[in-house]
Amino acid sequence: MVDKIEASGLSCAFGKIRSLTGINITVKENEILGIIGPSNSGKTTFLRALNRLNDFSLNYRQEGKIVMNGKDISKIDPESLRKNVGMVFALPLSLPMSVYDNVVYGPKRHGSKNKKELQQLAEKCLRAASLWDEVKDRLDASALKLSGGQQQRLCIARTLAVQPEVILFDEPCSGLDPISTAKVEEAMVELKKKYTLVLVTNNVKQASRVSDRTAFFLMGELVEIDITRNIFVSPKDKRTEDYVTGRFG
Amino acid sequence: MKKLADDVIEKLIFICGITAIVFVVLIFVFLMKEGVSFFGEYSFHDFLLGKFWYPTSDPPRFGILPLILGSLIITLGASLIAVPLGTMAALYISEVAPKGAKDVLKAGVELLAAIPSVVVGFIGMVTLVPIIKNVFGIPTGLTALSGCIMLAFMAMPTIVSISEDAINAVPWQYKEGALALGATKWQIMYRIILPAAAPGIIASVMLGIGRVIGETMAVMMVTGNAAVIPHGFLESVRTMTATIAAEMGETVRGSIHYKALFAIGAVLFIITFFINFVADTYLHKNK
Repeated sequence: MVDKIEASGLSCAFGKIRSLTGINITVKENEILGIIGPSNSGKTTFLRALNRLNDFSLNYRQEGKIVMNGKDISKIDPESLRKNVGMVFALPLSLPMSVYDNVVYGPKRHGSKNKKELQQLAEKCLRAASLWDEVKDRLDASALKLSGGQQQRLCIARTLAVQPEVILFDEPCSGLDPISTAKVEEAMVELKKKYTLVLVTNNVKQASRVSDRTAFFLMGELVEIDITRNIFVSPKDKRTEDYVTGRFG
Repeated sequence: MKKLADDVIEKLIFICGITAIVFVVLIFVFLMKEGVSFFGEYSFHDFLLGKFWYPTSDPPRFGILPLILGSLIITLGASLIAVPLGTMAALYISEVAPKGAKDVLKAGVELLAAIPSVVVGFIGMVTLVPIIKNVFGIPTGLTALSGCIMLAFMAMPTIVSISEDAINAVPWQYKEGALALGATKWQIMYRIILPAAAPGIIASVMLGIGRVIGETMAVMMVTGNAAVIPHGFLESVRTMTATIAAEMGETVRGSIHYKALFAIGAVLFIITFFINFVADTYLHKNK
């Protein structure tokens, strides 16, 4: 598989607090890369560096290079980068508007006007996020009235609607019940056929279920990255073994 | 002993709380009593829709239509200036301004609210009024326009300060969610932040308007106080508040003129009560 994203020598710091220290990592096209590690290990910082959301934090500094499709992302303007690199957050973040408007919010901002096309796009995205059947009769209802699991899938649909190439998931199931979690995971596996996915999760089992390769972060360091099976069955590093077997963290 | 102290304090707090309400009710009752007794001597229709306010002619005429229109034109003009300027300023302060500028601006705007209205009126009289006179080439600068501009200054702090609070209260996650979809800063402000903060912004506007309608001193000093139906912003107007303030000292207590002024007060009270009520409804909707 081709390398989609390549980060080299990536260090990030917020003021005096260093959250990533010189990591090298690649994300391959059409894979799900799972990132596991205890809290404060830099997983989310890494994710947010990929779509430059960290830029908004106070005193944020970054060293090293992130290359996507052969281009340095610091040279792409942030809006079009974020259009290409969608993100689904830990807490379902429906915008305060109707279900339909949530989905077409992105495309509208990027200039789509055609009503018919937007409607088709909305249906396509809601189907891809396996939400269509549940909301097709209430597209005009406020998105804030949906259940947590539905809202999270709505966020996925919304992200898909801007037609990104990469989708970042930041602990997408941390607030969901097991059935909703299963649905979101199902959607993710379906999505990797067309997109490249990076999944940050606190749930080690989730990484083992859905990701193709898994990376283990600890205290801002990339300890190990390998095919998921290897990480869970025969990790090379003692710390990885301790973490995935539940001896700490 | 402890129980006793508890009881006493509880009663004290109850009295303090109830006093506030009692005062409002008393003011309302007094205003209504004096105002309503006016209509025993003068027709309600002529009062509300009469075109002439000649309280000292014989027979006296108490038509407050010019005064209501005067108040309306001032309020309308002041809102046209203060609302866009105020909400934009609030957006700038909470979304665009760098950290340092933000604190200075917010403090500055709130300080603006502390300027006594007579000072605002005085400044308007010596600076703004001559400018308006020269720019438009009219015989006097004491016009509705001067009143609108000065009152816009006085409504701005309320609008900016409360709107800014409302905008600040919009969850950061909304902005982040829209950012992650590739929306630009302006798109987020326009499509996400403004709609989400709308109840608070509307409430701030209503409170600002309430202040404009009730304002007396500044408006009396710069509008020229001619009680005629205004036809534009470049004419002198007289507001309801200015009429009460200017004439109350000259009336005989208990005379029909005195009662007419109370009737104006009652009309004003009803208008501001209504505005505050609407603002309150929106503010609570926000929570």
